[in-house]
Amino acid sequence: MADGTGVLIIGDAAGGELSSTTLELLAAGQKVAADLGDELSVALLGDTLDAAAQQAIAHGAQKVYSVNHPLLANYQVDLYLAALEALCKDIAPRVVLVARTAEGRELAPRLAFRLGVGLAQDCLEISVDAAEKKLLANRPVYGGNAIAVVSCDQTPQIAAIRPKAYEPAEADSSRQGEVVSFPVELDATMVRAQVVDTVIEEAEGIKLEDARVVISGGRGLGGPEPFAQLEELAKVMGGTVGASRAAVDSGWVPSAYQVGLTGKTITPDLYITVAISGASQHMAGCSGAKVIVAINKDAEANIFKEARYGVVGDWESVLPALTAALRELTQS
Amino acid sequence: MAIKIGVLAKQVIDPEMPMAAFRIDGASKKVVPPPNIPPVVNGFDENAVEAALRIKDTQEATVTVISTGSAFALDVMKKPLSMGADELVLLQDDSFENSIDSFMTAQLLAAAVRKLEGFDLIICGRQASDWDNAQVPLGVAEILGMSCISLGKKVDVVDGKVRVERIIPDGYEVVEAPLPAVVTVSNELGQPRYPTLRGIMAATRKKPTIWSASDLELESAQSAPRITLRDMFVPVSDQECEIIEGEDAADSGRLLALKLREDKVI
Repeated sequence: MADGTGVLIIGDAAGGELSSTTLELLAAGQKVAADLGDELSVALLGDTLDAAAQQAIAHGAQKVYSVNHPLLANYQVDLYLAALEALCKDIAPRVVLVARTAEGRELAPRLAFRLGVGLAQDCLEISVDAAEKKLLANRPVYGGNAIAVVSCDQTPQIAAIRPKAYEPAEADSSRQGEVVSFPVELDATMVRAQVVDTVIEEAEGIKLEDARVVISGGRGLGGPEPFAQLEELAKVMGGTVGASRAAVDSGWVPSAYQVGLTGKTITPDLYITVAISGASQHMAGCSGAKVIVAINKDAEANIFKEARYGVVGDWESVLPALTAALRELTQS
Repeated sequence: MAIKIGVLAKQVIDPEMPMAAFRIDGASKKVVPPPNIPPVVNGFDENAVEAALRIKDTQEATVTVISTGSAFALDVMKKPLSMGADELVLLQDDSFENSIDSFMTAQLLAAAVRKLEGFDLIICGRQASDWDNAQVPLGVAEILGMSCISLGKKVDVVDGKVRVERIIPDGYEVVEAPLPAVVTVSNELGQPRYPTLRGIMAATRKKPTIWSASDLELESAQSAPRITLRDMFVPVSDQECEIIEGEDAADSGRLLALKLREDKVI
């Protein structure tokens, strides 16, 4: 593909409103578009996009490509890919930004392969090499033990941005922009992977990603029963319970509880880890927490390098006392 | 007819190695393989082998494991054979050493799949523990025009279709696709089986097929790099941890609560 111009954000307007990850991409995109001297546009796919298009403009998009089609009403990978491939080939952007959500994880690599270009995966930060008009992407590798800085050799340069790596863009209703309709030809026979059933297993109550306080348990808990004590503390704090991969792999809690590189990314105000060693793969999912508290009996555990407060001790003694004291404090 | 299953597996630096042994060579911008710690088969790829073997447990199937790299520890890469896989194909060439470029890796693996006359089902780990790219399986599917289902925790073949329970953020969905298809699996699939003594004996006798670049039909445009590595560094944490110490563990718990209140965290 030729050189291309412009920064294109692949937006998500499920439910008629822009997702928080799209607002984050708008924040990241405004900066790189300005540094590249490029226009910032957003692609929206769906069947009712007018409100979301205006929202994108208020949040900094200069142009919105509205890809309106009844078959795009709900996310379906084969159809979304076909639409995005057509759009990218038509407008030839210099840079494409995708949020690394559940959908983005499959869309971004497959779109890159269809366009024959590389993808900077799982970026925490993007910047610009203005002289070369290149996007520079900082991304964790080796489970977060290292950060690699990569750039893409072909155009479009595609980057998948980790959710919550950026603060959402602010709205300014005085902003003006253009909404361009981009028609696509799709038919239902393009669908190859059919969803035949959906099973929701997340615990009731506050969602892990939205909780202000999260209490997570790890391998050191030794079994599923102690999670009841974590639930109790979560209740006192108005928070919710998470887990490390070790606890999920042991079958103590469902996989929807998992915080980390291959689980959820959370940014609570307070993150209390109980019997979690703090491997970089776990920290990848919680390093955006404002305050991390560690309870672990191993003083050498990595979690104490990441935590703001720590108690070196057996959780079986520490946790009940902490819960009791917090209950008293929050009720008084 | 037997279902022909391919599993794509990668040899990686052991992700469980002590962090103290983790080192980056500044000149080459590469992670230095730790001395005395052998590499391993990528953990999610062992889940993929397990998923393939579970199909083979109940239906007539063959399992071929394919890997690409510049240098292999043969005893490590034979582990899938000792678990019960039938064949091992190693794509080994000095020019294949570029684990950062998923595009190139996928082209190599796709070329090998073509040379092996295709598979009904290709199963892969969701991502590799070195670069966590999670791209190669999706790329292989795109190159070969196969359908693709990612993040499986259960994989079955029923009536010429693959049926996958795939993880979504708040649970899972059941997805079906016609064969041939590519499926990636996650740790939620469950523990890979341990090799049996008989399996280990059988694996010892098996010789892997080894192909170099000249054995694969590769177009130069397809094998041009897509990604440039500009820098790699170990992030430094400046977090200072305040250790709360009471008379005993319970007292520390109580003092921690008071400290959180005092510092207005709660």
